[in-house]
Amino acid sequence: MLVTAIPIAMFMVSLAIVLNLWRLVIGPSLPDRIIALDTMYINTIALLIIYGVYQGSALYFEAALLIAVMGFAGTVALSKYILRGDIIE
Amino acid sequence: MTDNSIVEIITAIFLLIGGLFALLGSIGLARLPDFYMRLHGPAKATTLGVGGVLIGSMIFFSTHSEGFSLHELLITLFLFITAPISAHMVAKAALHIHLPYVKRTRGKPW
Repeated sequence: MLVTAIPIAMFMVSLAIVLNLWRLVIGPSLPDRIIALDTMYINTIALLIIYGVYQGSALYFEAALLIAVMGFAGTVALSKYILRGDIIE
Repeated sequence: MTDNSIVEIITAIFLLIGGLFALLGSIGLARLPDFYMRLHGPAKATTLGVGGVLIGSMIFFSTHSEGFSLHELLITLFLFITAPISAHMVAKAALHIHLPYVKRTRGKPW
């Protein structure tokens, strides 16, 4: 069951990442690109965790947690840059 | 049907639900007409997708290794706290630079 479910789930998440990349490239405005990048972080977390289930190894959660923290910090910093013209005032 | 295969089926269902929601959120991000609509896809559907995948992984590792696996709860909690905050910040930035919206919008964004 898992042998067929994991490739399908991985394919769906990979397609989602490709769609995000498309929005990141064509995005008409800067907030569009920021939100595309943030969604790419979240989809990458999902892909890493599915790969962890596939490998049967719990080693990938630390990487996923690191991506989650860094992605949030990056999104907030970019939004603050648009809002204020500066990151740290 | 053994106990192990039931767990595998439940894990597979959660992984597929998570993947489907992640895909739907990204389709919304790619296809909707203006920025304020596009914000909804990632902010809701994709977070739910990651939640589904993490629940599947939590069930899988709780049954395949000894003890209860709670690493995933950390990521789930962190994502569910930070996703609305980042969506709020990006929406505020978009309002600040006066992004255009589609003409059919009834309640104006600002």
